[in-house]
Parts: sequence; structure tokens; C-alpha cells
Amino acid sequence: MTKLTYREAVRAALRKALRDDPRVFLMGEDVGGYGGAFAVSHGLLKEFGPERIRDTPLSESAFVGAGIGAALGGMRPIVEIMTVNFSLLAMDQIVNNAAALRHMSGGQFNVPMVVRVATGGGRQMAAQHSHSLEVWYAHIPGIKVLTPATVPDAYGMLLAALQESDPVFIFEHATLYPLEGELDEAAAEQMDISRAAVVRPGSDVTLITYGGTLGKTIQAADQLREMGIQAEVLDLRTLRPLDARTILTSVAKTHRAVIVDEAWRSGSFAAEISARIMEDAFDSLDAPVARVCSAEVPMPYAKHLEAAALPQTDEIVRAAQEMVPHHG
Amino acid sequence: MSATATSERPPVDREHWLFLLREMLRIRRFEEKAAEMYSLGKIHGFLHLYIGEEATGVGAMQAFAPGDAIVATYREHGQALVRGIPARVLMAEMFGKATGCSRGHGGSMHFFDASRRFYGGYAIVGGGLPIAVGLALADKMQNRSNLTACYFGDGAVAEGEFHESLNLAALWKLPVVFLCENNLYAMGTALEHHQAQTNISAKAGAYGLPSNAVDGMDVLAVEAAAKQAAESVRTGNGPFLLELRTYRFRAHSMSDPDLYRPKGEIEEWRKRDPIALFEARLQQLGLLSPADLAKLEADVGAEIDDAVRFAEESPWEPADKLLDNVYGPAKP
Ligand SMILES: Cc1ncc(C[n+]2csc(CCOP(=O)(O)OP(=O)(O)O)c2C)c(N)n1
Ligand SMILES: [Mg+2]
Repeated sequence: MTKLTYREAVRAALRKALRDDPRVFLMGEDVGGYGGAFAVSHGLLKEFGPERIRDTPLSESAFVGAGIGAALGGMRPIVEIMTVNFSLLAMDQIVNNAAALRHMSGGQFNVPMVVRVATGGGRQMAAQHSHSLEVWYAHIPGIKVLTPATVPDAYGMLLAALQESDPVFIFEHATLYPLEGELDEAAAEQMDISRAAVVRPGSDVTLITYGGTLGKTIQAADQLREMGIQAEVLDLRTLRPLDARTILTSVAKTHRAVIVDEAWRSGSFAAEISARIMEDAFDSLDAPVARVCSAEVPMPYAKHLEAAALPQTDEIVRAAQEMVPHHG
Repeated sequence: MSATATSERPPVDREHWLFLLREMLRIRRFEEKAAEMYSLGKIHGFLHLYIGEEATGVGAMQAFAPGDAIVATYREHGQALVRGIPARVLMAEMFGKATGCSRGHGGSMHFFDASRRFYGGYAIVGGGLPIAVGLALADKMQNRSNLTACYFGDGAVAEGEFHESLNLAALWKLPVVFLCENNLYAMGTALEHHQAQTNISAKAGAYGLPSNAVDGMDVLAVEAAAKQAAESVRTGNGPFLLELRTYRFRAHSMSDPDLYRPKGEIEEWRKRDPIALFEARLQQLGLLSPADLAKLEADVGAEIDDAVRFAEESPWEPADKLLDNVYGPAKP
């Protein structure tokens, strides 16, 4: 067991991958000399050199596309996109090429590329650096979408993603980088990324979340426990392909679900989860599914406004309370 | 920096020249048959014909070796044929058959062939360029001496991906030959209406890569210029931009009524039909008899007839395979 931060866990996984597989390389804006906008790749340039730690120009479309080409050509690129808002400049390459190539070529080509993207709000970065657009990616067949929310997942999911033969997007919520946790490397190297995790078992209500809101959701579960409500917390971990079974099993037990999602409510991943529960667990529900999402505004800058826009612990608590009858 | 246009003629090489003519004829007859099959309802979706541009497809491909990678656009039938993908497999793809080069999942715009390093037809204008850069990066990082040939149209030059890709390839000195098939139109928009600088090869200067422009109706000139470009790339000078000045005789696609080109323009360009010009030249030099030509046409005709028969007789991909090839197994 090692104690380290989420940032260090990603870096440790990068280092291991770079050491173990000569096909692996990292490219993106300022991943080299600068050490990464979030200091994730700090020190790697010195260790692995500029061939494998590649600073790119500000050309999201070209370097994501080059990642696709390099993957087609036998490499295992890890592409870093500074924040999810910038990934929009590479959407063409992602949707039209990375996701489609295997199918469009009748199975002749595949794109084993990993794209790491910082995401999420909470740092007063305002309306062009704070959004949670994971759902747009989770909408696309042909790519996989991972949202590590813990230190072991930050480490293990990156290594697991490199074992995939298809493009994998890893969304790292930017507020998680300083998070500390315990890492059992050997265990994390064996992890199954296809399953959601039951983080807290409970019997009264299921709180379903992923990524940056896991911490707030666990806090909410702790507060609910003090009120006598046993909340089960699910960390989805992987948005596509979705582990619906774990969700349905939990809802069948608790009969209630609150979905916590930092994205805007309309068209959110929370909407997808809600629909799945409606389709496949309608009869076990004792209350309508509830959602706690971000307010439908571009993210404001001022601290109190941003806090008001983002899902908060007390809202999660309230949503769960309202659902459980004798506490409503 | 811009290399001078090649005007020298290579020495007479009858066998090779007849081969070039044959390849151009294969494309022409294939495309004519494709248009016919479209009209008969055998081919659907978009169909972009290459007729008029055969010299660029045939000439340029002579510069590339089997180990090199090819990236093309939705107007890629010519490159695919010259690269060696059998006509029958291409026709079957357009019919949507399981025997097609993409198992009927791609259609006319998305031909792929892993065994020939044919990395596809891309139908998002400009979308293939970054991929070509990445393929070249992979070759370079793995110390392979291959290059990547990347075809695109004049319309793609207006896309950001063109500029991003030229810069990135030049910055990293990657082995890419960028081949702009400038047919003077992006759908219905003429070059002078979509480019402030209509000299496309001149744009290479902004990224510090060598470039050249060549008469794309002259197969020998295209071949020579492409070989020069490939040679420059193979000697480690980084990427090269080659502009092939050509013209499409047909509409943009089968669904284009072709209302935007001035009267007479097409007729003027037809006088420079790359196949007719080359035939005339070979005849003048006494290298092509009427009997040779008849034989050539008969051979090509037989190949195209076989392609249609094969496509017609081929099975459909079973619908229960619909979801195949969205994801593959882990552990590549
Ligand atoms: C990004 C994008 N925008 C628009 C289109 C629609 N479109 C298809 S082909 C084309 C013209 C492209 O012209 P050019 O690059 O010169 O190639 P050509 O068709 O002349 O071979 C357009 C606008 C597209 N496919 N992709
Ligand atoms: Mg054009």
C-alpha cells in the first residue's frame, strides 16, 4: 500500500505504461517541459525524452487525429487534452474517425488509443473551462468512457485502458488531482473496469454518481445515515459500456434512486440512467427517480454563484430524504 | 520553397506507359459502370466519380511502395483500384455486399484494405489529414522507412485540419506526401470563391515544407512530380505538398445537377482529357496501335463485367451481424 494523490496515481500509471511497453507514448499540449497543465506528467520528459513525451502545437484536431493514425500504425498513444472544453475542437476526429473506423472498415482496422481529458467545475474557471461533457462522449458507440473517481481507479483504469483494442476516453475531474488515497498497485493492475462499484452498502435509497461528485455523494450518505436513512452509493466508474446490472440490482433492493451528475440536467447521463431504471426496474420503484445536476447555465465565475450552479451535498441529502417516506 | 515544375520527359518506356494507360482506362470504365449501376438502383447513397482525374490517381500512385500507407477521400475509387484492390471487391462494396472491401459497411465513400495499407476513404472533408500525420508518426517512431500518401481536394485546404496537419507534419519532420487534387471546385464553390490564395502549393511556404504544382492531366508529369516528392520525403526532409491541377468532368456527385460551372468550361477541359491525350501521344510515338487499344479496352471491359457479376452474385451481410465490429476484444 502506498499513500499518494490522484495526480501521482495517474503519473505512476503513465510511468509504468511507458516503461513496460515501447509502443506507448504521451502527447498533448504542454505535457513535456511544462509538466502538464495539471502537473500530471511532471518529470516524465526527463525520464522518457521528447520522442515519447511529445509537446504538441495547439491543434486538438490534428493531434487527436495523429493519435488515431499512430494507433492504426501500431503504436499505443496516450493523448492528453487539457480540458474537456478544448476536446470539442477534436470532436470530428473522435466521432467520425476514432469511433467509426472499426465498423466502417468492416473490422479491418481498430484504434487502440487512450485519450485523457480533464473535466468538471469547482475551481472558479468560469464558462469555458468547467463543464462536464462526458455524456457527449458516452453517447458514441465505438469508444469507451471511463471516469475514475478514486486513487486506485486513477491508476488502474489507465493501465486497463491501454489493454483495450478500441479508443478509450478517461475523464479526470480536475478537483480530484490533489485527492489523497491508498494504492495497492498489484490489486489495481488486476482491476475490472467493466463494473460499477458499490462504494457504501445501504438499503433505503441508491445514490448513483461518477467522477467528481463521488465525494459529495459519500458525504451525503454519511449525513443520511445519521438521520437513519441507509443510502447505498454506486460509483458508475465506466459510462460506456454501462454496467446496468449493478444499478438495477441496487434499485431492486432499495426501491429508490437519486442520480448525482455534475452535467446539466437536460440530456445528461443522469437522464440515461433514469431511463434505464424506468425501462428495467419500474416495478421495483417506490418513488420517481430523482436527479441532482448542475443548474442550466454556462458556469459562472464568482465562488458563490459557481457553488450554486454545481450539485451540492445538501441537495443530495434533501432529494433522498424526500423520497424515503417517514423522513420526507 | 517550391520545386520547379517538371517539364523533362522520362525516356520512352512502352511497357510502363501502356500500363499507365491501362490503369487510367480501368478507372474510367469502372466509374462509368458505377454511374450506370447507380442509375439502375444497384448503388445507393453518395457516389462521387473520378472521371477526368485519372491521371492524378494513376500517376501519383506510381511513387508509392507496397509498404507505404494510403489515406484518401470519399472520391477514392481511382486510388483504390490503382493500389490493387480488385475491381470486383470495390463494386461489391458499393452494392453493399458482404464480399465488399469493407463488408458493405462503408460503401462508395469508405473503401478500406488493411492488406494494402489502404487506410480508407474519409468523407469529412479534411478529416484524413491528421490520420495520415499519425500513420507517418508511427512509422517514424518504429524506425520503418515507409511514407504515407495523403490525398485530399482543394476544398480541404480551407479546413483547419489542413493547416494543423501540415504544421504538425513539418514540425515533426514526418514522412507524409500531401497530395492535393485541385479540381477547381469544392462541390459547387469555385476555387476563387473559397480561397484567398488560389495557388495552393504556395501555402506550404507558411509551414516551411517543400511543394510543387503539376499539370494533373498529364500522367507522366504527375508520375515524375510524385516520385520527386516521395524521394524528398524518403531522404528525411519531412513532408511535401504536391498540388495536382485537374478537373472533374462529371458533377460533384450523382445527386448534383451541376448548375454552377460556366458553359463551355467543361468542354474546354474535356479537350485535355488525360486518357485521350495520353492515347494520342502514344499513337504519335508509334507505341499504341488500334489493335493494342482494342485489346486493352476488351481486357478492361472484361474486368469490369466480372466486377458487376461478382457484386450481383455476392451475398448480403447477415443482419444479425449488425453489431459486429463496434468494439473488439480487449488485449490487442
Ligand atoms: C467537413 C465537411 N463539410 C462539408 C462537407 C460536404 N462536402 C462534401 S464534398 C465537399 C466538397 C469538397 O471539395 P474538395 O475538397 O475540393 O474535393 P472534391 O469533391 O472536389 O474532390 C463538401 C463541401 C463534408 N463532407 N465535410
Ligand atoms: Mg475539389
